[in-house]
Amino acid sequence: MAEVVIDRVTKRFGDVEAVKDVSLTVPSGELVVLLGPTGAGKTTLLRLVAGLEKPDAGIITIDARDATAEPPALRDVSFVFQQYSLYPHLTVYDNLAFPLRAPARRVHEAEIRTRVERVAQLVRIDHKLANSATRLSGGEMQRVAIGRALVRRPAIYLMDEPLSSLDAKLRAELRVELKHIQADLGATMLYVTHDQTEAMTMASRIGILQEGQLVQVGTPQEIYERPVNAYVAARLGSPGINMLPIDALPAKGAPNGAVSVGARTEHVELTPADDGPAEVIMVEHLGSENFLHLRMNGHRLVTLTSPDRQWRPGRRARVSLHQPLYFDAAGCTLAVEQHVNP
Amino acid sequence: MAEIRLDNLQKRFGDFTAVRASSFTIADGEFFVLLGPSGCGKTTTLRMIAGLELPSSGKMLLDGDDVTFKRASQRDIGFVFQMFALYPHMNVRSNIGFPLKCQGVPRREIDARVEEVAKLLRIEHLIDRPVSGLSGGDSQRVALGRAIVRKAKAFMMDEPLGALDAEFRHLMCVELRALHDRIHATTVYVTHDQVEAMAMADRIAVMNHGVVDQIATPQEIYDRPRTMHVAGFIGSPPMNFLRFHANVAPGAESVRLNGETIPVPTLHEGVANGDVALGVRPEHVELTDDGGIRGEVFGAEYMGTMQVVTVHTKHGPVKARIPSSRPARIREHVGLRFAKERLVVFDAVSGRALKSCLFEETIRG
Repeated sequence: MAEVVIDRVTKRFGDVEAVKDVSLTVPSGELVVLLGPTGAGKTTLLRLVAGLEKPDAGIITIDARDATAEPPALRDVSFVFQQYSLYPHLTVYDNLAFPLRAPARRVHEAEIRTRVERVAQLVRIDHKLANSATRLSGGEMQRVAIGRALVRRPAIYLMDEPLSSLDAKLRAELRVELKHIQADLGATMLYVTHDQTEAMTMASRIGILQEGQLVQVGTPQEIYERPVNAYVAARLGSPGINMLPIDALPAKGAPNGAVSVGARTEHVELTPADDGPAEVIMVEHLGSENFLHLRMNGHRLVTLTSPDRQWRPGRRARVSLHQPLYFDAAGCTLAVEQHVNP
Repeated sequence: MAEIRLDNLQKRFGDFTAVRASSFTIADGEFFVLLGPSGCGKTTTLRMIAGLELPSSGKMLLDGDDVTFKRASQRDIGFVFQMFALYPHMNVRSNIGFPLKCQGVPRREIDARVEEVAKLLRIEHLIDRPVSGLSGGDSQRVALGRAIVRKAKAFMMDEPLGALDAEFRHLMCVELRALHDRIHATTVYVTHDQVEAMAMADRIAVMNHGVVDQIATPQEIYDRPRTMHVAGFIGSPPMNFLRFHANVAPGAESVRLNGETIPVPTLHEGVANGDVALGVRPEHVELTDDGGIRGEVFGAEYMGTMQVVTVHTKHGPVKARIPSSRPARIREHVGLRFAKERLVVFDAVSGRALKSCLFEETIRG
């Protein structure tokens, strides 16, 4: 496994700058997730590392070697695409063994067997090695596709939304599995997704992309707790962070220049009060918790409460915020003197 | 507005029984969700209520009238399907107004009602647009509008949000429920997504293999699941099951699991030397150094303030929802402790929950 460094890389398609001056280091053994909506440039960045695209400016270093001009085959990367493309005429075993049988690699059949069997166990497909690749469920096919990448030991694994075509339950399972496998192998991985849950739960570090620019890189906790701007703040959390104009609540300790305040659902505290400014308009059950949807002076708020608390539509409340985030007119996060427990 | 009553309604397709004798009543104005995996009979049930499918036996009453053998068109029911089939050559106004036009409602009244509905759905600004350029959400709003414009006795919705992406689906859930709270029309809603069901329903009927396992409010279903299927279908992540072999006597206040005594709500039923499963919700699992059940951390999923930690134990994987402030490293050995008063013991063969004092609260509460 190796470190991959993207250094001031820019990629244009005609007039469109898909990737703008991005610098990002994927340290050896880490799983870095690129998160952003469609068109943010995350797949382009991945393809640049793979060598499927050539940058217009900047350098890509793999294992301390300048790989910018190298063709994909020389870069020592494995790519998993969103749509699994297995060889339909081959068995699961032969699909998994395929990358090792490339003439340039010259791996012995005995070694191939050992590695295929190990990977098949990892992705839990070992009971179907003899099956034809077409006689698998969607989830199984995607596990084979992931396994086919894992069977090699490249400098870096590149994954483009590998779980997005699966149903929710399988996605949740594979999320944990893939992270475990990555940690187990000590693999370096660059992983692209638009699913914030995948980013939060799997990443060692997350890179947030917005219109081709990398706006913040940090651990999931750093990004969640200390977003650099309102855009990043809105990327994580489900339901999203509550955003209110600064005068919507009596703000104590708001820094100069703050025009809006953000509070995550679990950081909005309600106190029942008949003359309170907020009114409960809907109670949404999760089972373990409830989301309360509130209206306050024309603004919408969502808070997280215990199901033991008897909130009903129509009840009124006073609202206070914990760990609020303040943003200036440009949407940038303003520093505050925090009085929070360590 | 109407009450819907199903009396021993059954549906067979050849040898296959899609829906087994179900009886339940959907109250006037209720938002009622039929929830279950694909093939559980939920859509067939909905189609029988709507009159698109005739039952093999049993009765169906709409507002007290026996409509078992009446056609869909005679039942006065509005529909919303997953694939919003809008008329592509018409604008939003004509799409919503179409059912009224078919009924021969005068033009001026159609206009008034379409505008009222558009306002209700907050799509007034789109009313003269062609439907071809609309976003998925707006298309679905138009489809909803076309259903509710008729002021039918009840509305049937078959996975209406299934085609939308996760975040947007959640937004539409909130909107749909808010709409329901404004018009209070009896609604039967089919979905396989427990999050949707929990978010919107007044009551949920959880179905499995053509049988209704449990009908109750979302919180009741979550806190006191009657079967392992219900417990394992609801919650994200769902309830954990620790499977073991045991002799459980009625009156027991604990179970013996691998030599460990686990306190449980007082049981009123027993299992003589059989397979049982201890059901515990992830938020009722605590990681400790000294807990009796031991395991190895397989993975930790950061979710913000909370995290979900997967622990592999001898009895299977257990997920714990705990504060993110507690570090959990892969391969770390940990002990587990459960919140005694929230545990459910299941007969693992029948899948049924053993009666315990946990379930008594239902009657009192």
